[in-house]
Amino acid sequence: MKAKSNNSVLRSIAQGIGALVLTGIFSLSAYANDTLLNVSFDPTRELYEEINKKFVEAWKKKSGKNLSIQQSHGGSGKQARAVIDGLEADVVTLALAYDIDSIVTNGGSVSKDWEKAFPNHSTPYYSTIVFLVRKGNPKAIKDWDDVVKPGIGVITPNPKTSGGARWNYLAAWGFAKKQYKTEEKAIEFVRNLYKNTSVLDTGARGSTTTFVQRGIGDVLLAWENEAELALSESRKANGGVAGFEVVYPSTSILAETPVAIVEKVAAKKGTTEVAKAYLEFLYTKEGQEIIAKHFFRPNDATILKANVAKFPKLHLFDVRSIEGSWAAAHKKHFADGGLFDSIYGEAKK
Amino acid sequence: MKLIFRPYSKTSFGLSLGLTVFYLSLLVIIPLSALFFKSATLGVSGLWEVLTENRIQQALYLSFGAGGVAAIINLFVGFLFAWVLVRYDFPGKKILDSLVDLPFTLPTAVAGIALTTIYAPNGFIGKYLTPYGIKIAYTPIGIVIALVFIGFPFVVRTVQPILEDLPKELEESAYCLGASRFQTFTKVILPELIPSLLAGTSMAFARGIGEYGSVVFISGNLPGKTEILPLLIVTKLEQYEYAKATGIAVLMLVLSFTIMFGINYLQNRASRRLG
Repeated sequence: MKAKSNNSVLRSIAQGIGALVLTGIFSLSAYANDTLLNVSFDPTRELYEEINKKFVEAWKKKSGKNLSIQQSHGGSGKQARAVIDGLEADVVTLALAYDIDSIVTNGGSVSKDWEKAFPNHSTPYYSTIVFLVRKGNPKAIKDWDDVVKPGIGVITPNPKTSGGARWNYLAAWGFAKKQYKTEEKAIEFVRNLYKNTSVLDTGARGSTTTFVQRGIGDVLLAWENEAELALSESRKANGGVAGFEVVYPSTSILAETPVAIVEKVAAKKGTTEVAKAYLEFLYTKEGQEIIAKHFFRPNDATILKANVAKFPKLHLFDVRSIEGSWAAAHKKHFADGGLFDSIYGEAKK
Repeated sequence: MKLIFRPYSKTSFGLSLGLTVFYLSLLVIIPLSALFFKSATLGVSGLWEVLTENRIQQALYLSFGAGGVAAIINLFVGFLFAWVLVRYDFPGKKILDSLVDLPFTLPTAVAGIALTTIYAPNGFIGKYLTPYGIKIAYTPIGIVIALVFIGFPFVVRTVQPILEDLPKELEESAYCLGASRFQTFTKVILPELIPSLLAGTSMAFARGIGEYGSVVFISGNLPGKTEILPLLIVTKLEQYEYAKATGIAVLMLVLSFTIMFGINYLQNRASRRLG
């Protein structure tokens, strides 16, 4: 008798589990064609929350279909690796072209010509590297030359682990190369820059924390949007007065943040069309305005102009003009035994 | 042959052993051998190149050095804690006892950020040390502190039950036979505890050399100065150098296994001597 009642308990549990699994499968298949996964990097979290909301509405109006968009954020290189290792992203929106290139070379779920798929080398928005200094700019940091002076504490993440840090490095490198003409002097310049560092965090957000919360260093090399975010956070915390200032150097790097469709995954999931529409949405007036709102520089000239107070004009150079391509820049500077390794080896000896 | 039911037999190849081997293969042996296969794509010369790289060697010394120092600190502090928790009664003892486990439950990154906040030059403790020129965060000292924090419960939790089970009569008879308190401690109590002390310390050490989350925040990650081995593995992975990353991992694995094996041997000898 007892055994029997035990059996019935077991059976009802099994039925319960079965029902759960079945509903799970059904709800999954019902949404299978209408979910989109956007794999992006850290500073775009707030941007895509808003973009996704607006795009879902627009897509509903256009096709009558419900759509849910999932976002995944993290360090850009880490995100690319996740996609290479099988994370089923429909689109990737990463911090540098090199990371998308590595998806192409490691498994090829993104097509080789991704840069030509959308306007502007598939870069719907861009950013640049600026300086964040303490209030009143006590060390009088105006341009790149001031950053490498002895005794200035510089905060920047480790280029080996952070995409943002690579932009910082290349911004300094490009400036020095243009200013001092020879490669030796540029190496000297970057070496002096890293002599001034006492902390190399693993990511851009970590560096912001080190500078803002821990009070270490005199200047933070940061994404423009990250610097603005730090400013507004500081304003919020101190009753409207920020403890920091943004300094725009005379020249900086055009930090192109590219997007691409992960064709293989999209084809398998049948989301190619909506993925394309999603990325195209970033180029529309509406998309560009949201982008500007979140302190990324929009490509649309009129919207950039309308936000001129937010984005002061400064001279920007791109990676292609200083190193030819991202692959070449990576090989020369950041690969093992590259310039960063040798500079750092010498800088700290 | 007649099957006789025995409650316990030493040579059993039944279900339990099968499950054990299956689990161990699935969760430990197969993944780890994949590590060796992946690093084999480097070839001997490639592996040698990785191992002799200056930065990796410095990180190696730092990881094992800081792990060792932290384990030794944990040995003493952990032993003291276990002693206090077992031998004395005081208000709040239960709370203290459960606090010991906190480093186990906390995500290590949280611990790292909290420790950095306290020991940074403008932090709660750091700001009193900075005027004297003492830097903790962003130096190897900070790494040791992080490793002491995360390895601390191991020693306490391995020594505590042994100490609790130690019969009172042992000490009483030693006392009756005329041993001083110091003699009782070193000749009677300590030998009983050595195997568990060794086990706890070696676990703290093992945890320390593999620790990533708490250390990356407090170390500052300066190449050649405060860069730990796990960070270098992550660095290589970020650069899509899978083979090199696994090369370092294999190096760590072999070294830690050798050390663990050595400690286990010592531990076995110590417990055998106890009989």
